[in-house]
Amino acid sequence: MSDVTRLSVFKTYKLYVGGKFPRSESGRVYEVTDSKGKWLANAPLSSRKDARDAVVAARKAFGGWAGATAYNRGQILYRVAEMLEGRKGQFVHEVAHAEGLSKNKAAEAVEAAIDRWVWYAGWTDKIAQVVGGANPVAGPYFNLSTPEPTGVVTVVAPQDSSFLGLVSVIAPVIATGNTAVVIASEKAPLPALSLGEVLATSDLPGGVVNILSGKASEMGPHLAAHQDVNAIDLTGATDGDLARDLEVAAADNLKRVLRPRTEDFTESPGTERMTAFLETKTVWHPTGSLGASGSSY
Amino acid sequence: MASAFEYAPAPESRSVVDIAPSYGLFIDGEFVDAADGKVFKTVSPSTEEVLSEVARAGAEDVDRAVKAARKAFEKWSALPGSERAKYLFRIARIIQERSRELAVLETLDNGKPIRETRDADLPLVAAHFFYYAGWADKLDHAGHGANPRPLGVAGQVIPWNFPLLMLAWKIAPALATGNTVVLKPAETTPLSALFFADVCRQAGLPKGVVNILPGYGEAGAALVAHPDVNKVAFTGSTAVGKQIARTVAGTHKKVTLELGGKGANIVFDDAPIDQAVEGIVNGIFFNQGQVCCAGSRLLVQESIQDELLDSLKRRLSTLRLGDPLDKNTDIGAINSSEQLARITSLVDQGEAEGAERWTAACELPSAGYWFAPTLFTNVTQAHRIARDEIFGPVLSVLSFRTPDEAVAKANNSQYGLSAGIWSEKGSRILAVANKLRAGVVWANTFNKFDPTSPFGGYKESGFGREGGRHGLEAYLDV
Amino acid sequence: MPTTAPAALAFADVTASDGALRRFLHGLPGVDAVGLEARAASLGTRSIKTTAKAYAIDLAISMIDLTTLEGADTPGKVRALAAKAVNPDPTDRTTPKTAAVCVYPDMVATAKAAVAGSGVKVASVATAFPAGRAALPVKLADTADAIAAGADEIDMVIDRGAFLAGRYMEVYEQIAAIKAECGDRARLKVIFETGELSTYDNIRRASWLGMMAGADFIKTSTGKVAVNATPANTLLMLEAVRDFRAQTGVQIGVKPAGGIRNTKEAIKFLVLVNETVGEDWLDNHWFRFGASSLLNDLLMQRQKLATGRYSGPDYVTVD
Repeated sequence: MSDVTRLSVFKTYKLYVGGKFPRSESGRVYEVTDSKGKWLANAPLSSRKDARDAVVAARKAFGGWAGATAYNRGQILYRVAEMLEGRKGQFVHEVAHAEGLSKNKAAEAVEAAIDRWVWYAGWTDKIAQVVGGANPVAGPYFNLSTPEPTGVVTVVAPQDSSFLGLVSVIAPVIATGNTAVVIASEKAPLPALSLGEVLATSDLPGGVVNILSGKASEMGPHLAAHQDVNAIDLTGATDGDLARDLEVAAADNLKRVLRPRTEDFTESPGTERMTAFLETKTVWHPTGSLGASGSSY
Repeated sequence: MASAFEYAPAPESRSVVDIAPSYGLFIDGEFVDAADGKVFKTVSPSTEEVLSEVARAGAEDVDRAVKAARKAFEKWSALPGSERAKYLFRIARIIQERSRELAVLETLDNGKPIRETRDADLPLVAAHFFYYAGWADKLDHAGHGANPRPLGVAGQVIPWNFPLLMLAWKIAPALATGNTVVLKPAETTPLSALFFADVCRQAGLPKGVVNILPGYGEAGAALVAHPDVNKVAFTGSTAVGKQIARTVAGTHKKVTLELGGKGANIVFDDAPIDQAVEGIVNGIFFNQGQVCCAGSRLLVQESIQDELLDSLKRRLSTLRLGDPLDKNTDIGAINSSEQLARITSLVDQGEAEGAERWTAACELPSAGYWFAPTLFTNVTQAHRIARDEIFGPVLSVLSFRTPDEAVAKANNSQYGLSAGIWSEKGSRILAVANKLRAGVVWANTFNKFDPTSPFGGYKESGFGREGGRHGLEAYLDV
Repeated sequence: MPTTAPAALAFADVTASDGALRRFLHGLPGVDAVGLEARAASLGTRSIKTTAKAYAIDLAISMIDLTTLEGADTPGKVRALAAKAVNPDPTDRTTPKTAAVCVYPDMVATAKAAVAGSGVKVASVATAFPAGRAALPVKLADTADAIAAGADEIDMVIDRGAFLAGRYMEVYEQIAAIKAECGDRARLKVIFETGELSTYDNIRRASWLGMMAGADFIKTSTGKVAVNATPANTLLMLEAVRDFRAQTGVQIGVKPAGGIRNTKEAIKFLVLVNETVGEDWLDNHWFRFGASSLLNDLLMQRQKLATGRYSGPDYVTVD
């Protein structure tokens, strides 16, 4: 028996873009520490070009993901929960370090996050029935409103709730068929980068979720101004000036904006995070009578 | 085209409406002068006759109106929903009673044909109030949880193309949900909103619940920027919509924007062709094409293009342009000289870019602002007239070969408000409707509206929906 | 005078076989019922006043096929009808004559004598009107009988049973045979009984079938079923004659019949004509109303325009 403790294997954390795990094209990394300042890892410091690549990947994935059946999306989201359940220990460890939580508290957060995937997995084929429907117009027309995904959504993930918060903002965006470019918590990106590894093994098509680590203040303005991004969730843009600047930039192509707010992610989420990134399409078609009989003024 | 069967003039009587020589701002239940005493004239676009002189709101007036609305909010929002409902039902009924008067007024101030104000605008206005009246005491069942709360003071800015209808779209849901309102009508069409103030008086609506501020862009900007406004609703140009989005950035104001469009009207080779022709005509010449959801791009399957264009031109030759008050007029006046100049400039560009122009042969009146129904062929996606919203009676015709191509071209736009599909094949309609990135898709019909049916755009056509259960959300704290 | 030769030639390939004819008819553009009815209703809101109304009333009177098709018809009844057709308003000799009187074949001779020299035509229903359920030789004999008695126009009914069963060629051949019987002696109106064809798609197909087979006029209905002429089915038939002329150069007339009872309705039909096919059809050679009570309402409205007073039923003749 040797009394030499085994040296652990560190992980090189990488981005998750287009279903692949690239390093930042800039070659930059930054030091990620735990809540007490102890070094945990070097995370990629993503550049605007990484953000651009993520948007391209998200746009490319949008048609297929939005066009998939709601049942199919639900199965995939549920698969994410299954995969996470199996890797719970890893995430508890990461979340505990990232947020300075006890193992129990961290486990609660991770379990809530897994359950959140299950919650949204069940929503995929119900939201249309809840927020859409037939409209009884005053005329011989069939009239149906259905929700459709907005498109590519930039998500500034919560800064503090590195995993439960992260899942709580990503899952509603993609449940309905959007694709996401996520800027992970700057100080606690590791659970997000690890989530990429789970997503990659959950049958989620590449590009549906793209995860970038780095500074919201650096990537945010480019993503907010990007003309091929349809919406932006500013939940994690806790700096008021940054949030305002991003909202101003988002006006250039009239992105849908979800403003920052303080949110208790342990609460039941409701539907608002889904409806924030849904469009309503209303289709009309004549019905009329069965025959030409009796039509008159 | 001269015919043996010439319709004699059939003018609707102007005497049903009594326009005062001047109007004030409507603040806190009173008509008052602008703080700085400014006024502007509103003219009839079909004759350039001055109809009235109207007070012009400035920033100080906006502040007064917002204060009045804030003061009124407390009691109004505390009323039982069933009582708010009854006020709205009253308004709906009074509008029905006065609909001929309001239709004539709207035609005079806007220039659109009486046939439209009588048969479309006014019935829809009354229906909209009637519909939202019924929601006022049923908000618990609207899908926003129990006892959803109003936002507060709504600042609303509306355009000139459907002055009273846009007012209804804004005010009816705002009041039903318990908000109070400061509304700015467009500077070229202030009158019907001022008459609506009188409808509120007749209905006994508490003072300050609805405030009307005629004015220009500066008043709208002041209203949007006012710190005590909780909700901004705007219908108008995409450029102004973007400015508003920037103004409210970083605030807690809730915003809905209903902006421009460049709607594609897609005609497949198996279309019900005669009805498609009617739909195309209705799509781009209804209200002189000054409609955000107009079908301004005709995408026609190449295999039937010639046949369809022949039919279309023949049909356009029967459109009757002239006195908007004549009950037989199909095409009225353009709303303003500025709008006419914009249409003319874009049409000139279309010609300069090499598109082929065809204009219906019709005599334009000597006074007023007029533009004859026009279509462009040989248009490609690269032409400006295929991309920019012209907001006039001008149709750009493009062709496609396959459904894929039709959808790709239809979606190739910064806008996403409306689209049309003409085909007798059910599966094709559903497949194409599914792929179109537009908020309203009319299949085998066009330009149909109903208070129960949500309306609003994708992409740069704005966000939020007006109409239906969906329209409540914009005015509730949810 | 139109001849059917160009049309028949133009469609020789279409009518060469049952299959070809079916494919052609089923390949015609579909009709959206709501859109068609909305267009007809929209044209119905035209406001026709003063000089335009006066013109329209006289035009409508001149387009009437003044009709009596009763089992109880007698020579006396037919002579009275003919007198009214020739001289609709005894108090005002400027009133136009109607286009024709329309009677059963056995009344043609009586009618012909009664309108002699007036220019009013005699139209006769034929081909086992109104059901059309008889063998072709019987229908031909019926037609020949009416023509022999002096009929200027034949209003035949199609075999709706054959049409609804999809035996288009049979319908086509029957029309063509009756047309051949008419020759140059009588103009042929083909009645579809639109209320029995039921769908607008069927009405469009029947219109083309009739026109290709040699109809001089296409006519909505017999007046003997629940739904007769409507603005929408007439608009649809006007679109058919418009398209047929555009394709062949041959102009075909249209006759809505049954259910048009007052001036307001008649003017709406004239607006349909004016704005769908234009002034080329604003003439009783190309457009007719199959009607009886309509005439008196037109006459009362005409008196109102002339005198400024509302008229009453005692001031128009009852026959």
